[in-house]
Amino acid sequence: MTIRFVLLVNKQGQTRLAQYYEYLTIEERRALEGEIVRKCLSRSDSQCSFIEHRNHKVVYRRYASLFFLVGVDGDENELAILEFIHCLVETMDRYFGNVCELDIMFHLEKAHFILEEMVMNGCVVEINKSNILTPIQLMDKNS
Amino acid sequence: MACKLREFVQRVRACKTAAEEREVIAKESAAIRTAFKDDNPKRHRNLLKLMFMHMLGYPTHFGQMECVKLIAGNSFPEKKIGYLGFMLLLDEKQELLMLVTNSIKNDFNNANQFIVGVALCAFANLCSAEMASDLAAEVSKLLQHSNPYVRKKAALCCVKIVRKVPDFGESLLRPAITLLSDKHHGVLISAIKLCIVLCQTNSTLLEQMRKETSNLVEILKNLLTSEYRAEYDCSGISDPLLQIEILRLLRLLGKADADSSDIMSDVLAQVMTNTDARKVPGSAILYECVQTVVHIEATKGLRVLAINVLGHFLSNNDNNIRYVALNMLVKIVALDLQAIQRHRSIVMECLKDADLSIKKRALDLVYALATEDNVKALTKELLEFLMNSSRDLKQDLTMKICSVIQKFASSKLWYIQNMIHLISEAGEFVKSDSLYMLIVIISNTPKLHGYTVRLLYNMVGKWKNQESFALIAIWCIGEYGEMLVNHAGELEIEDPMTITEHEVLDTLEDIAAKSKESINIRVFLLVALLKLSSRYDTCTERIKDMIENYKHSSTLEVQQRAVEFSAIILKYSSIRKVLADRIPALNETVYESKRADGAVAALGPTVRVASPPLFSENHITAPTICTKLSSTDSVNLLDLSIDKEASGQTLDGFSMLQDLLNMDTRSSSKSSPYTGISDIDKNFTEDSKEHPSTSFGNEQFLEMYSAQGPMFPSIVALQTNRLKVLFNFSKPTNNPEITMIHATYLNCSSDLCTDLMLQAAVPKFLLLKLDPASGNILLPNANGTITQCLTVTNTLHGQKPLMMRIRVTCKVNGQEIVEQAQVENFPSGV
Repeated sequence: MTIRFVLLVNKQGQTRLAQYYEYLTIEERRALEGEIVRKCLSRSDSQCSFIEHRNHKVVYRRYASLFFLVGVDGDENELAILEFIHCLVETMDRYFGNVCELDIMFHLEKAHFILEEMVMNGCVVEINKSNILTPIQLMDKNS
Repeated sequence: MACKLREFVQRVRACKTAAEEREVIAKESAAIRTAFKDDNPKRHRNLLKLMFMHMLGYPTHFGQMECVKLIAGNSFPEKKIGYLGFMLLLDEKQELLMLVTNSIKNDFNNANQFIVGVALCAFANLCSAEMASDLAAEVSKLLQHSNPYVRKKAALCCVKIVRKVPDFGESLLRPAITLLSDKHHGVLISAIKLCIVLCQTNSTLLEQMRKETSNLVEILKNLLTSEYRAEYDCSGISDPLLQIEILRLLRLLGKADADSSDIMSDVLAQVMTNTDARKVPGSAILYECVQTVVHIEATKGLRVLAINVLGHFLSNNDNNIRYVALNMLVKIVALDLQAIQRHRSIVMECLKDADLSIKKRALDLVYALATEDNVKALTKELLEFLMNSSRDLKQDLTMKICSVIQKFASSKLWYIQNMIHLISEAGEFVKSDSLYMLIVIISNTPKLHGYTVRLLYNMVGKWKNQESFALIAIWCIGEYGEMLVNHAGELEIEDPMTITEHEVLDTLEDIAAKSKESINIRVFLLVALLKLSSRYDTCTERIKDMIENYKHSSTLEVQQRAVEFSAIILKYSSIRKVLADRIPALNETVYESKRADGAVAALGPTVRVASPPLFSENHITAPTICTKLSSTDSVNLLDLSIDKEASGQTLDGFSMLQDLLNMDTRSSSKSSPYTGISDIDKNFTEDSKEHPSTSFGNEQFLEMYSAQGPMFPSIVALQTNRLKVLFNFSKPTNNPEITMIHATYLNCSSDLCTDLMLQAAVPKFLLLKLDPASGNILLPNANGTITQCLTVTNTLHGQKPLMMRIRVTCKVNGQEIVEQAQVENFPSGV
């Protein structure tokens, strides 16, 4: 019942954010990302949002030009993960104001901070947007 | 000079090729390395660039030390970046972790909640067993921190600690339970996570946790009924993630425990009836709740309610929801088949879904739902569905239908009808042993011969280029061709039809014309024509001409047969009738034992499902068990060869026929039907590599053709309440002295037999050779068989009958069992 990784990928299949909660070597990551992203991008809108790849189950959702992919283990509640993705997007929207690829690239650390507040050790810990954003906004104010 | 993050990102984005990107990265890496060496104050900015490179998959190990330095610093923004880099660039296996343990420990005691928070977060993500032991005490202290922001993170750190070092579990139980009364939802979620992990690691902790069941039920009830709270609202549902976590913990507590299951059943029913399934969060809760219900000791009513929730999911427009419902139903199908059965029609609808993954799951489920009662309707629907299904699903679908037909066939008529329909539609995906079984069944059901051949004849008109269908049709027309014209064995369900012999030949010609490239069809066709030549008296000339046509075939295989067969028709018409006689019924016991099967075959190589030991002469004669060979071996051998010559001198029509047949069967490895057949088999094996069992298809097909020697009834050599030994006989056509006995062992008791061994004794005039048995373990209840081949040479053939004494020893529950019998009831003529 844990999240193994969270990936943000653009339409061209380039990784824009990657956070792993299980250790993989850099070569393994590249291979895994390549395979999964190719699988996801080739799917049509009429298909469901879950794919199985090797021993991972990947729940993905597309928002405009960005794909949000979350790798989970077999007994995770897929629908709950979809809801988590939605919550992550809403939080980023609130912080960046309609989040786009460039926001995440130029503010990689902020995107990570948001994710960090929401997921720890592969577990979703917080979905309340103001709880998530308060520490980050505080930090912005001070610097 | 190193540039800003924004510039760097833009530069990377501007790269047109991978090589260009590598170059930019390499340049920047070099700049960053130098900057690190010079102790540049822009350290955290460089670290961000490294994170970006790391994300793109470039090496960044040289930045790891910088993270450690930043973490040890005092400025919060730098610390934060340092921890982030630490989490991204390092992993649990590195020794560098040791260096930060102390910094983390200091940060735990910092007055600033955010510093404590970020340290906890890093600890939770990257913590080795060693670090866990070092810092466990500090972390559990933080569970009582005044700030919920710290408490929730500390609880998740404890999850990690328990996973790394399960021994800490006991000391964390009390604090975890205390946290369950927290009001903050984030803390509650983490606390429940911690409880789940504790329950999973240790069964005594699970026992203690069960006392909290009513407490958890209370929390869940409050979530359901409490007034609207904006901060945890998700499309009108209050904190779905918290509800899900509680349901998960309840699942662990209620599993195999009737009391706690009882306590929670009310609230579970409440969740299922009150949750709005129209939105994703609601469905997620329902889905989790259903999982909990099926895992705990729920009442029947609750279970039905849960399965109905999934039933509603199936008709949802969102295919994600349909997907999870199917996934779940497949998992629980064994639990309550009856309740799921009610949703079968809607599952069938899912087969038509546009999404392949949904289709596949629906198919799995439909397959699991098949029972003896619904199999007829189900097979009909599936066959209809097969006609319109896309190619990617066809293979799976065909195998499933085939398996359903074989598993639940209640009558031979139904079995034959459906198998034929299946093969005509998707024969390419039907495994060769299933085809073989069909042939066996057909040949063993004389009542249906007429019906079968007429059905095949009718369907051949709409032939869909399925080779295996054509082969079966041609084979049956060859064997039972006269029944096409004489209405033999007509069933009530048939429409009587009148077919002339010439029409049959037209049809055969038609198939041959349509399948120009298939050698197999040609080969089968020639055999069928030969057989028909003795059945259709009015068409002998035409058949002869048809065979003649193939004399010029460029395929050796086809040409050779054409030449041989036309010679038979022209020169040996006296023996043609005998030659082209119908082949005797194929051995059904072999098939039956196979049918009892699949699972047994999967058990491993020791239990080989009986296959006719056709190639017994090729078996390596491993040290065989006690054969009472006569002391005058060599003399007998000599005897034998003399006899052989003698019989060679008296060539009559019969032995000529045997010689002909002999040529046909013995040259199998090089020419004749068999090469063709082994080709088919190869095709099938390639198609279905995952089914190693297909390899016997070949032998079985072979048997179908070579069983043309004299046939003898099989006998029961030994029958006790534990063991049954059957003898089947065959004789090589060239030497009447030799009898091959195919012994089949069955275990009729309910205990497993191991170390099975046969000993046999024969009088002096007999020579006995025992081949190794196919295994030595017999499963109980006649599940699976062992076969063994015995070759007996009767030096006084015609003067004295065969006789034999057998002794079977085996071990049952560690005890040795010996069964003996005198076998005298050999069929006459062997």
